[in-house]
Amino acid sequence: MDLFEYQARDVFEKHGVPVLAGAVATTPQEARAAAETIGQKSGGVTVVKAQVKTGGRGKAGGVKVAKTAEEAEAHAEAILGMDIKGHTVHQVMIAQGAQIAEEYYFSILLDRANRTYLAMCSVEGGMEIEVLAVERPEALARIAVDPNVGIDDAKAKEIVDAAGFDEDVKDQIAETIKKLWIVYREEDATLVEVNPLVKTEQGDIVALDGKVTLDENADFRQPDHAALEDKGAADPLEAKAKAKGLNYVKLDGNVGIIGNGAGLVMSTLDVVAYAGEDFTGGKAKPANFLDIGGGASAEVMANGLDVILNDEQVKSVFVNVFGGITACDAVANGIVGALKTLGDGATKPLVVRLDGNNVEEGRRILAEFNHPLVTIEATMDGAARKAAELAAK
Amino acid sequence: MAIFITADSKVIVQGMTGSEGMKHTTLMLASGTNVVGGVNPKKAGQSVDFPDGKTVPVFGSVADAMKETGADVSVIFVPPAFAKSAVVEAIDAEIPLAVVITEGIAVKDSAEFYNYSKGKATRIIGPNCPGLISPGQSNAGIIPASIAGAGRIGLVSKSGTLTYQMMYELREFGFSTGVGIGGDPVIGTTHIDCLEAFEQDPDTDAIVMIGEIGGDAEERAAAYIKDNVTKPVVGYVAGFTAPEGKTMGHAGAIVSGSSGTAAAKKEALEAAGVKVGKTPSETADLMREIMKSLAK
Repeated sequence: MDLFEYQARDVFEKHGVPVLAGAVATTPQEARAAAETIGQKSGGVTVVKAQVKTGGRGKAGGVKVAKTAEEAEAHAEAILGMDIKGHTVHQVMIAQGAQIAEEYYFSILLDRANRTYLAMCSVEGGMEIEVLAVERPEALARIAVDPNVGIDDAKAKEIVDAAGFDEDVKDQIAETIKKLWIVYREEDATLVEVNPLVKTEQGDIVALDGKVTLDENADFRQPDHAALEDKGAADPLEAKAKAKGLNYVKLDGNVGIIGNGAGLVMSTLDVVAYAGEDFTGGKAKPANFLDIGGGASAEVMANGLDVILNDEQVKSVFVNVFGGITACDAVANGIVGALKTLGDGATKPLVVRLDGNNVEEGRRILAEFNHPLVTIEATMDGAARKAAELAAK
Repeated sequence: MAIFITADSKVIVQGMTGSEGMKHTTLMLASGTNVVGGVNPKKAGQSVDFPDGKTVPVFGSVADAMKETGADVSVIFVPPAFAKSAVVEAIDAEIPLAVVITEGIAVKDSAEFYNYSKGKATRIIGPNCPGLISPGQSNAGIIPASIAGAGRIGLVSKSGTLTYQMMYELREFGFSTGVGIGGDPVIGTTHIDCLEAFEQDPDTDAIVMIGEIGGDAEERAAAYIKDNVTKPVVGYVAGFTAPEGKTMGHAGAIVSGSSGTAAAKKEALEAAGVKVGKTPSETADLMREIMKSLAK
């Protein structure tokens, strides 16, 4: 889960990372009130920043300096509702103004290739780090961090030395980096990025922006994280699926997909997309990802079908199950049970492909049920074609 | 021979007395696996009777189980919150192979136990994986033994159900070993580790490698194949149509920016001489051709 900048700021503050005052606002009036308070610390100057989970806000006009609270209100008026790379701005952060002397970069993240953590640091902050990494790789220090050791004094020194900080800021930067490591460790983050990390005219080191990604698998020991979830942004179908404990991602097409196992479902999306191109000229595409997992009970199947059939874009449904541990007869009974539960609510054609454990019995159950909306196909590719054809009608 | 597990493997199960552990220990025993013990500190000294008439003793620790039984493989079904300490216990006991089935382990925990295992005696497979099977010899995990028998194809895959699907498609040939390495961002045994083992295994003639979006493991495997693998390899990559920034079920299956895409992985594999199928069945066809030509 990615955090908004204002949430990252709050998390930084909680762990002692130096940040400036900031508050979130959802209306221009709230922005004005926040600017009146926060601006007192910086001669009335505040920065109004769009809160969207994407980069390039500045270029899009989503970050504006305000000299007065009235100006902050006007900026908020302009920024709220703005579209930045497909993200609508629903909130702005009012941040205390700062006089920046120098801009640096720091991040710590999971390095999948090396299966360690990686700290990246540069005295050339502010710009997009991907650009810096390509154009001037020598300016970006990359230091491996052992997950069982973390960033201790020695590692912090190694990082600031490698990045080439001036002597006068080295100690302060090292202290800040150690605190950012605490954020990473204590919050079960997979990314903590500060760009820019700045030195102010007064000589203070401050995290001026923050990007934090949290590991949802750690939610069991992070009770505070549930409150950070952006419930408003979730697609209504995704929210409904999540409430039912389903692993669902909404996509753009018209063929609903249900399968068991993440890999098989990803593969099913691909096969349907190919079939859509080949047989319908691109008129059929996958509408979602839905993994019902190993134990496909009648209830899980019914919940899955309920979510997918309520997707107005869906015109046909492809149920693709390989019975591994799960027996195909149990899956077939799940489909029968789901269709019985849904009754007249089931109005879209279902193409079912079953294979593996107890497949004959599974196919027999479906054949005997003989539901007018259900087509049984023998292969995954054949079923994908059939589902695409039905969706393109 | 096969890789990692053979008929000689002595398997213990951490978390055997839980519901998943019981269910799958029953299945492992039914497929002929030599399960010699379970581990649960609270039930040490007890034993569990399984449906096929076998009685399996429960030990208080991995070290005790190894001392009493000579176990060399542990299959771990411990819930996510306790999985790290279970794996660390297995590493400290110096068991040669720890297979971590548990799904949903925090990445910090996986990163910590994987790095803890570096330079020590234990190979970790997983987490969030179906385990591995050397058909007819041993089954350490949850791959259904009924799908395919013994043969000379080696399989390595990030995905459980795609492993089953591919074994099913190629059941006419059978497998030396099928390894599900798991779909998490940090895993103990990689595609490369399995490719290396299959290359050296005299009982493996050809290799199927299944990948999916996220990370660059497939690209690195491609580079490895180019330089080190002489046996024929066919590949499949899932997730061509996955949108950027969305996690597709597996915690590690995410395209971020231009990195981790299926297209890049396919390209890298093909550049290394690997034939890559567009769908699982096309991939199986590619392997079928190879096996037929090897048989000539």
